[in-house]
Amino acid sequence: MERRLWREGSLGIAGKVWQTNWFYLLLICCLAAVGYVALYTAAGGSAEPYAQKQLIRFFIGLVLMAIVAMTDIRVIAKWSWWFYALGVVLLLVVARYGHVGKGAQRWIAIGGFQLQPSELMKIFLVLALAHWFHRASYERVGRILFLVPPALAVLLPVGLILKEPNLGTAVITGTIGAAIFLAAGVRWWKFVIIIVALGAALPVAYHHLHDYQRQRILTFLHPERDPLGTGYNIIQSKIALGSGGMLGRGFMGGSQGNLDFLPEKQTDFIFDLIAEQFGLVGSLSVLFLLLLIVLGGMLIALRCRHQYGRLVALGISVDLFLYVFVNIAMVMGAIPVGGVPLPLISYGGSVLITAMLAFGILMSVHVHRDVEFPDSNSWPPG
Amino acid sequence: MRSGVFTRRALFVAGAEIAVFGLLGARLYKMQVVDGAKYMAMARGNSVSMRLLPASRGRIFDRFGTAVATNRQNWRALLMVEQTDDTHSVLDAFSKLVPLSDTERGRIMRELRTHQRYVPVLLRDFLTWDQMALIEVNAPTLPGVLIDVGSTRIYPESELLAHTVGYVGPPHESDIKADPTLTMPGSRVGRTGVEAYDDLELRGHAGAQQLEVNAVGRVIRELDRQEGTPGIDIGLSIDARLQRATAAHLTGLSASAVVMDPRNGEVLAMVSQPSFDPSLFDSGVSNAQWHAWMSDPQKPLVNKASAGLYPPGSTFKTVTAMAGLTSGAIGPGTIISCPGHFDLGNARFYCWRRGGHGPLDVKGGLKNSCDVFFYNVALRTGIGPLAAMANRFGIGVDTGMDIAGVSTGLMPTRAWRERQHKPWELGDTVISGIGQGFILSTPLALATLCSRVATGRAVGPHVARHRAGVLQVGADPDHWPDMSLSQHYFSLVREGMFEVVNAPGGTAPAARLSLPGVQMAGKTGSAQVIRIGRAAREHGFNSMSLPWALRPHALFMGFAPYDAPRYAVAVVVEHGNAGADVAGPLARDIMTDALTLDPAGRDVPPTPAPTPVLHGA
Repeated sequence: MERRLWREGSLGIAGKVWQTNWFYLLLICCLAAVGYVALYTAAGGSAEPYAQKQLIRFFIGLVLMAIVAMTDIRVIAKWSWWFYALGVVLLLVVARYGHVGKGAQRWIAIGGFQLQPSELMKIFLVLALAHWFHRASYERVGRILFLVPPALAVLLPVGLILKEPNLGTAVITGTIGAAIFLAAGVRWWKFVIIIVALGAALPVAYHHLHDYQRQRILTFLHPERDPLGTGYNIIQSKIALGSGGMLGRGFMGGSQGNLDFLPEKQTDFIFDLIAEQFGLVGSLSVLFLLLLIVLGGMLIALRCRHQYGRLVALGISVDLFLYVFVNIAMVMGAIPVGGVPLPLISYGGSVLITAMLAFGILMSVHVHRDVEFPDSNSWPPG
Repeated sequence: MRSGVFTRRALFVAGAEIAVFGLLGARLYKMQVVDGAKYMAMARGNSVSMRLLPASRGRIFDRFGTAVATNRQNWRALLMVEQTDDTHSVLDAFSKLVPLSDTERGRIMRELRTHQRYVPVLLRDFLTWDQMALIEVNAPTLPGVLIDVGSTRIYPESELLAHTVGYVGPPHESDIKADPTLTMPGSRVGRTGVEAYDDLELRGHAGAQQLEVNAVGRVIRELDRQEGTPGIDIGLSIDARLQRATAAHLTGLSASAVVMDPRNGEVLAMVSQPSFDPSLFDSGVSNAQWHAWMSDPQKPLVNKASAGLYPPGSTFKTVTAMAGLTSGAIGPGTIISCPGHFDLGNARFYCWRRGGHGPLDVKGGLKNSCDVFFYNVALRTGIGPLAAMANRFGIGVDTGMDIAGVSTGLMPTRAWRERQHKPWELGDTVISGIGQGFILSTPLALATLCSRVATGRAVGPHVARHRAGVLQVGADPDHWPDMSLSQHYFSLVREGMFEVVNAPGGTAPAARLSLPGVQMAGKTGSAQVIRIGRAAREHGFNSMSLPWALRPHALFMGFAPYDAPRYAVAVVVEHGNAGADVAGPLARDIMTDALTLDPAGRDVPPTPAPTPVLHGA
């Protein structure tokens, strides 16, 4: 069965390369270049210790991306639920043996490489949900019972990520799930009911808690709660951002970032460095570049001719969008979350590799946008 | 159909994304262009300074509102690292005014290296008025030096409650790792007693303040403020008057005593003598003082009442009696004859009265404290049921006492012995029956045991009666479950203890109360420190001939009034010899004071705390 599909819809390797979205690859490389400059200035005008290392990781990521992009999307589809299961297992492993950093248990070390399974889980969840919905007719999606298994598939990883505790990533994961439900054709009124129910339940639930439980929730909302750290960081971050002005203080001219006022400047607060040195012009340019990448993903979704690819591409670009939104809103002091980096710009291997994996899948959707897919309305049977 | 839905909804999502990016862009414009000048000024002027708002440590009161641990203002000089360029020259200038020793300078340099730059470094505590004036006058040569009021812990009752309340000391590295706000100058961490057990609640949470300062460090405005929460006040069940009276009775001895309300487990007095001044730890103990404490054979720093481990001796016979009766090994009327010794195989175990007691029932066994009677009971009961009963009475288990520095003690079992790869001998069971052998208990555990015998409730010892003004559930006797043992057996044991003190021929006539209409029931004990050989016994052994450190400990536990117990007391005099002669009269005196002051079940509502407002560090 599988072999036949390969023959019918498969492209040669040359055809695949021909079909590659080179413009999108260019955008990705631009983003990495921005990251290189930012990390160069974060180290006070030196490629060491951040920029050079990150560049090497980016090239490793490119190879990974190329391999994934050339992989037939139907093969990825076939393994969707296995990836999902792997993600859940990794989350369980992190809950059991994970490394506790900054008050939460999120990381596992694999041969010296730090891995954050919740990042991978988001992508795997996208694959699994897309697989569930890709053969379902609009009528079928209208049935409540059909929606129960995918809803559970969202809630399981969300619950595990909440337990780490990592509220930010859990909310992002849940939102990605909701976006795929929406794109798959789940009726609007169901979203309205869920949103209203959540909105109504939260204050009631909070009201009925004991003081110590509320305290626990507050601690949970801010796992890195540290009267020395967070408030200080946010103020410094806003100063760095605001002092950039229209044109910025010039390359290597930022006082906040370059004078060590800004903590974590190479990871979570990297956007500040750009904004401070290159002003509104620079920060809006980077924001526009990020918008192009997000919308590029949406465009790939719209151009794809099979539902699996559409849903996967949409899920991944929503993931990217949420990353960007949470990070930039955080450095502006607009939302009180921490620990969400800016993909491809922030320093750090785990997020970079995960992002390149996601881009690889996106590229694969684009390359295989016209392949024939087993696409029947009678899924699942019965 | 389906792809049409997808297209519409994907376009909707894309539109939402564009809108959100638009908002982000608008906000960037607002911050960078509209408010850019403001942020630029803040960035130029060395901008933001962070001040921590230390939480005041919760105070500790006795049950009638007497302050036993509180805070006092402490003027000190701090160095704001952010506001000085050359810390060395500032330090030099400072030490010309207020001389700094090499150790102090070393500590300051270390803190300068390790602390976050917005955490000030303490230069000198406890400034005098003269020193403050000198520093103020020379302020221009001391950029970044600031005089500030901190708080220091004081213990108005000094030595009286040193062991129970405990003391605070400067934080260790590990404390700072757990809570970075402890880098604040003057931070203190509870080290023992209530101060350590309730440390987190007493500490509260530090707040923080972000200030905009200009280049010379002057505050322009407050940017953000997170209020801290002060630590909670704790009202103890201890009555400071009874504590003082008890301590006075034990003065000069190496001894400890616990007075408990047997109805709810509240500790009314807990004394360990000799004691020490807990305030000494606040600013650091001198080496000489430390060595003096460490080399004192009477171990003043140890809370003997909760951490001193002693074989319970004959006080344990109450447990053996309950275990024998409950397991059916003996009945209320079982008579055992005491010839003065008990033979098990080749081993012979002696009674303390060499001539023997003759035939005795369980009450008589307790009254006369007959060893042979309880050798027999223990052997018939077996170590398993005996240990289980001991655990039910609080021996060898954690009873949940809410201070730091509590020993659980030990109730040996066959399994425990086998973990040491040694066999459990029947002889071990025999001597366990009279509280010797491996059994270890604390005076606190004896008071708990005595309370449980007196009321039949499984009360747990505790000292925190109020937390943040709220009466704790443990104050209610109904909070504590009934032990569900036969009331008949309880009354047999209580009658035996009554006769120990009040009947002619009882072992502790000196413990009889001289108050009208009130009787105390009790049980003596003496715990051997060394094993006394058979030969020594037969040659008229007198333990008073031993050197002090080898003499047996004297124990007594008792409760009163006999018919409606309100007080239970346990006294242990280290190396005091026979319990009846030394510990009994002490227990009588302490009990007399308890009954006279009568604090049980009474308190005054805790004073509403006027929390002192502390200025930012």
